[in-house]
Amino acid sequence: MPHKWAMVIDLDRCTGCEACVVACHAENNIATVGDDQAARGRAKHWIRVERYWEGEFPEARIRFQPVLCQQCDEAPCEPVCPTYASYHTPEGLNAQVYNRCVGTRFCANACPYTVRYFNFYNPVWDKPLNLQLNPDVSVREVGIMEKCTFCVQRIRGAEIQAEAQKRELKDGEFNPACVQSCPPKAMVFGDLNDPTSEVSRLAKSGRSTKLLGELGTLPNVNYLERSS
Amino acid sequence: MAPLFHTNAAYWIAVALSGSLVLAGACAFLYQIYHGIGVWGLNSPVFWAFDITNFVFWIGISHAGTLISAILRLANATWRRPVTRCAEAITVFALSIGAIIPLCHTGRPWLGYYLIPYPSERHIWPNFRSPLLWDFFAILTYLTGSVSFLYLPIIPDFASLRDTTSGWRKRFYGTLSLGWEGTPHQWHRLETAMQIMAIVIIPVAVSVHTIVSWDFAMTLVPMWHSSIFGPYFVVGAIFSGIAALILAMALLRKSLHLEEYLRPLHFQNLGKLLLTMSLLWFYFTFAERLTTWYGNSNSDMVVFWSSIRQNFAPFFWIMVVCNFIIPVPILAIKRLRTITGTVIASITIVIGMWIERFLIVVPSLERKFLPYSWGTYRPTWVEDTLMAGSFGMMALLYLLFSKFVPMISIWELKAGETHPLISHEPVVAADPLADETPLTTETSS
Repeated sequence: MPHKWAMVIDLDRCTGCEACVVACHAENNIATVGDDQAARGRAKHWIRVERYWEGEFPEARIRFQPVLCQQCDEAPCEPVCPTYASYHTPEGLNAQVYNRCVGTRFCANACPYTVRYFNFYNPVWDKPLNLQLNPDVSVREVGIMEKCTFCVQRIRGAEIQAEAQKRELKDGEFNPACVQSCPPKAMVFGDLNDPTSEVSRLAKSGRSTKLLGELGTLPNVNYLERSS
Repeated sequence: MAPLFHTNAAYWIAVALSGSLVLAGACAFLYQIYHGIGVWGLNSPVFWAFDITNFVFWIGISHAGTLISAILRLANATWRRPVTRCAEAITVFALSIGAIIPLCHTGRPWLGYYLIPYPSERHIWPNFRSPLLWDFFAILTYLTGSVSFLYLPIIPDFASLRDTTSGWRKRFYGTLSLGWEGTPHQWHRLETAMQIMAIVIIPVAVSVHTIVSWDFAMTLVPMWHSSIFGPYFVVGAIFSGIAALILAMALLRKSLHLEEYLRPLHFQNLGKLLLTMSLLWFYFTFAERLTTWYGNSNSDMVVFWSSIRQNFAPFFWIMVVCNFIIPVPILAIKRLRTITGTVIASITIVIGMWIERFLIVVPSLERKFLPYSWGTYRPTWVEDTLMAGSFGMMALLYLLFSKFVPMISIWELKAGETHPLISHEPVVAADPLADETPLTTETSS
């Protein structure tokens, strides 16, 4: 049975600490764009923590929602890419093939979650951060679209390891960087095709919702609603 | 034919001005290639702005020729004769400019050939489900068709020029006239070819702008995902195309002293067509906005109000004034529908239609589904320069064209004069056996 990778994010547990954002930057060779570019709206965070205010002081409340690529089953970004740079893998991931991307930015416009990012300039790492790059992940040049891959390098690494050892993957054996780094353990990652996995159990929860589910994109990230 | 042989100072000044705009645009483009798309004003979520606005604008302008030449030719509207070549030239040049823009707006334009469907070493074809690829084929088809449609009727005029000039001009026009001798057989072939092209180019033109509109309508973006976009864009294209044609004609009339050929009647008839298109444009705009407002969907209404009342409101209402409120009285009232009147209406319409394209692209992208990701857009000098360069390119191509090719179709005019009741008959004695007698096509002596 092929894997079907999915994620569950418990919004009750999320504290908005953004450790996931930092971990993602470190794991996936995402450069910071600088405050000038960020002010122009070009901040590149494959996972971002959205923050919404509810009510007025002193009853004001904050809602945090980590938003990353939802790896939609019916991804609107896939049919529109003229070069198949955005395509669907057999394991349910929406892959971004950097070599094929010519940078038409159609996928970014089509994505309703705005989780696709464009390299407006060549990424720059101030020394000595350039020594910290992850060798398992390519560095994208100017003009290429990029987005969360569910740390596909870790997925492939674990799959190759398991195959070499002639065994099945265990649930929780590996995690994407964001899931690994979440202090309150709000994020869970796993195989939806494995009925015993934590992800499958939590996805069936009564609190499980999909972001913009009404659009029919069939996202693979389930959000567990806040119960308070 | 006089403009081909006599050049005055004003022409050189015009060439210098438009040439410098083109040069500035080229420099801006090289700057963009070197530094990256970051030198534009784009950001997340506004990933398309001036680039796609200008793309749709120029493709829209290119519908001038199709309507005039093809539809009026098929409708046997004889008044079209002096106007056809101007119109077809606008089509070819606007289309060429519009075709370059998508190649130049990509993040890695040097890989633009990835969109060409050939058995590549990458072992993958392009994605035929992508509207951008449909654009590629549609525009290529339309360009091929328009170039043929422009070129075919010029052949007899090239032959006349070949016969009346000498030196380099004779050789130049000799090559271009493809051995035309004016035999009845050749005339028959030409007429058949033009008839076929006129019929074929209309669905091609309609499909081109429909496909361009589907770059937007095929996504889920609020106020893009609308089935009205196909017809809406085609109507808008013909609308802006006729306006551009009127402007080009007025300029040519003054600069090349074509007052005898481009008469007030032509402007009046084009003005009536423009009025029809203005009313149609208003109908489509009203229908789209009304149904959006009535449906009251959350994400749609955010974009709706940003255009009608909030940050884009000045643009929206200027657009309505330019496309409808100013032109309709000018074009509807016979006393105001003079050459000056239609030119004023056309200027406002060209401005208004550019704003319309901008308002389709940017407000929807600024406010998509998740409010945390909303953004704003401001163009930079690079985008402004590229846009100016495109206008300069259009002017330059047109100026060069007017130097080498007679802007009025000489033989069509003569055909109209000699046989006023028959629109297509060539100026040869009508010999009933001419078509059946096989004549060999002689090469130019």
